[in-house]
Amino acid sequence: MTPPLLEVQGLRKHFPLRGGVLQRTQAWVRAVDGVSFAVAPGETLGVVGESGCGKSTLARLLLRLIEPDAGLVKFRGEDVLAASPARMKRLRRDMQLVFQDPYASLNPRLTIEDTVAFSLRVHGTPRGEAAERARALLGRVGLDPRLHGRRYAHELSGGQRQRVNIARALVLDPKLLVLDEPVSALDKSVQAQVLNLLQGLKAERALTYVFISHDLNVIEYVSDRVLVMYLGEVVETGTAEALAQSPKHPYTQALFASAPSMDPEHRMERLPIAGDPPNPIDPPSGCRFRTRCSFAMARCAEAPPQPVPVSPTQAVACYLYDAEPASVA
Amino acid sequence: MAISTVVLQAEMAAATPMSYWRTVGWRLARDPTTLVAAGVLALIVLSALLAPWLAPYDPAAGSIRLRLASVGSPEHVLGTDEQGRDMLSRLLWGGRMTLVAGLTPVLVAFVLGSGLGVLAGYLGGLTNTLIMRTMDIFYAFPAVLLAIAVSGALGPGLANTVIALSIVFVPRVVRVAESATVQVQGLEYIAAARASGAGVAAIVRHHLLANVLGPILVFSSTQVSLSIILAAGLSFLGLGVTPPAAEWGLMLNTLRQSIYVNALVPALPGLAIFVTSMAFNLLSDGLRDAMDIRG
Amino acid sequence: MWVYVGRRLLLAIPTLLGASIIVFAMVHLAPGDPIAAVMPAESSKAEIEATKRAYGFDKPLAVQYLVWLGRVATGDLGRSIATRRPVILDVRDALANSLVLALSSSLLAFVLGVGLGLLAAFRQGRVLDKVASGMAVVGVSVPHYWAGIILIIVFSVQLNWLPAMGAANDPGIVPYLRHIALPTIALALIPLGVITRVVRSAALDILNQEFVLALRAKGLAARRVFTHVVKNSAPQILTVLGLQFGFQLGGSVLVESVFSWPGTGYLLNLAIFQRDIPVLQGVILVLATFFVLLNLAVDLLQTLVDPRIVRH
Repeated sequence: MTPPLLEVQGLRKHFPLRGGVLQRTQAWVRAVDGVSFAVAPGETLGVVGESGCGKSTLARLLLRLIEPDAGLVKFRGEDVLAASPARMKRLRRDMQLVFQDPYASLNPRLTIEDTVAFSLRVHGTPRGEAAERARALLGRVGLDPRLHGRRYAHELSGGQRQRVNIARALVLDPKLLVLDEPVSALDKSVQAQVLNLLQGLKAERALTYVFISHDLNVIEYVSDRVLVMYLGEVVETGTAEALAQSPKHPYTQALFASAPSMDPEHRMERLPIAGDPPNPIDPPSGCRFRTRCSFAMARCAEAPPQPVPVSPTQAVACYLYDAEPASVA
Repeated sequence: MAISTVVLQAEMAAATPMSYWRTVGWRLARDPTTLVAAGVLALIVLSALLAPWLAPYDPAAGSIRLRLASVGSPEHVLGTDEQGRDMLSRLLWGGRMTLVAGLTPVLVAFVLGSGLGVLAGYLGGLTNTLIMRTMDIFYAFPAVLLAIAVSGALGPGLANTVIALSIVFVPRVVRVAESATVQVQGLEYIAAARASGAGVAAIVRHHLLANVLGPILVFSSTQVSLSIILAAGLSFLGLGVTPPAAEWGLMLNTLRQSIYVNALVPALPGLAIFVTSMAFNLLSDGLRDAMDIRG
Repeated sequence: MWVYVGRRLLLAIPTLLGASIIVFAMVHLAPGDPIAAVMPAESSKAEIEATKRAYGFDKPLAVQYLVWLGRVATGDLGRSIATRRPVILDVRDALANSLVLALSSSLLAFVLGVGLGLLAAFRQGRVLDKVASGMAVVGVSVPHYWAGIILIIVFSVQLNWLPAMGAANDPGIVPYLRHIALPTIALALIPLGVITRVVRSAALDILNQEFVLALRAKGLAARRVFTHVVKNSAPQILTVLGLQFGFQLGGSVLVESVFSWPGTGYLLNLAIFQRDIPVLQGVILVLATFFVLLNLAVDLLQTLVDPRIVRH
């Protein structure tokens, strides 16, 4: 079995909330609380969850744009969090991020050619060569460099800007691409184009994707395996088909049930989830979903459930599937 | 109608996209008020620079016999001051002093203030607190008061005036610079640059500065007119440039008693300050409007 | 909200302390021996030393600062070197005069400024806007000390309507008003310009908000729109008003010197001329303290007017 490209264990990040007269830390936002998973080379791992579940924080933690409080991130077996600044700079060539907001993610003062070339210049590529490679890549993502190369960000549409973002991420020839809601801000028709571009690029360059989104349809379309997040924790993992056909965790079930469908056979009759998403500052004890779960038991309030494999292709963190007695911590 | 829009769009597609600063310059050039103000300013600065050649008389030479000649006198177009010195010459030479005393502090504040503000904004934490709280202390003084306090302590002279006014304006620029930096820092293209592996220096140089200098420049330009008024004001109080040098504020002071004899001549130096100040204000207004490009 | 109040009060303390350090230090930055400047040249060394000790100039700087700070806290600002009177008395009288001038000038600037600013905003782009905006630019650009001189030339020298100098010698409200009229106008010009521009800009921001456009399209009475605009621009107007009042109090130096108005500015001018250190320190410290407290009051007032505003 090939070793995973990316391995994450027990990743944790809490943000302090300051308040009061002396601005002392009053509470913590538990954005990411003990997330573990692995990504095999060449696969697309979809990460899905509602707003506030910690997906964006996770993306930044993976690339060490934020320092985690605890946990392990291994890229090709190498400890990313222990890397020296010099080593980190080298590693950054292999792990890139495509941002969500196409409007804020491009420097308004640089031409898009310069924006893409900047990444290369940072790593020492001479100006002429960097410009050439930038232009080539812009062409590959569907923007004719002769027409658009000297343009500025404000002259492009949302879809075009995301293409620039993708080009910028790919110009360093990374192995892993983390995509934080790359198509969420785009119109549906444009979404399809960009998604197809991403699929094409992945095949061409043998990339590995971690694809974050709140849109279940998109996740289903692109992912090989899916990770479901709720309030900073992983509640279920599995292949895309397994999850779509038989979601196990009550939250996953609700997610899939609430996805609007054009099929009259699949219309909803009753709201799958009750209540508002709770606060990541003060999450419920034990299983965090229990306050909205129709199947909550007394056990759920005691300790958070650990992930348990329910099939070769699926694992759930829920006491409904945990045959072990509660004494196993 | 439909055809012309198609033609227009085709033309726009073919036109070379302009960089931000080119766009600003283009918009500045189309505003009539700004152009007039720029023209007047150019005239003033030029005449100050060329004072040694333009001035008909020696600004320090005068005889009491000729004192307070009226405007329009045959020998002296703008009259003479209370010591008989030619007003036109003194105004020209005085312009040099006033402009230097007024512009230099803003320049110093722009450079120093930007540096400190960007540093405070980018580094955050303790550095930020230290810098910003120190600036707050200076901010506690109204501008005039601070200028007088420092000037009074250092003594008269052009250099001391520049120092005093620099101390007044640096905290203001620091505030604007820090605020702009903090705002830009939160934008995703900064995170993208970091994700590409860029270090602090590269990010500041290529991404931060270009986007932050705009607001700082606009703000600084609005301070110029105040700086000129304050510089002349300090001389007016006897704290700035000393006699027998010619400087508009100083001239206003020495001519003050003469208003009972000849009203027009004493008004001239103040008029010069007023016109210069107004030209700078109109120019900075134009700059602000030109830079306010949405989208 | 009270948390915010507490924090602001807490922040004001180091600011005041810092200001006091600057005021104290500024004296010792001054070139030349302050005592030697005041005493006659023939004084013997012993006499100079004695005076030095009396004023405490012989102790180390840090000690001098603490002693001075302690005295200041109890209201003792020392004695004027020139007149031997307690500084606090002179400053108190001068402050009263300056406050009157600043208040009357602020009133003028506020009423006219808000009026012109709103007028310009509601008639944006039209002639009235251009006139009002033009007046504002003129106001902001004019050197107020020169304006004072021009006013004297026109109203005192040429027309002889109003007096040129000082506070009234005759008792009664009319002479007082006649004396304060010109300084008030001169001091009000720059704040008038600033207030007009800020009010115009704030009102325009609100008027151009989409939901206001929608309300106007629906035919909402002009009166209601007007009230809405005024209420929402109030915080910004308050801030600028507070700042300008501070400018007028601290910056009145120049105008007071033109009109010989017996305020803090006049006192300051005299003290500089005579190198009267205790008076210099006293005036600047009192004015700075006033300014800090004023800013504090404006900030707190703002949160009362609009609780959404909690600046860090």
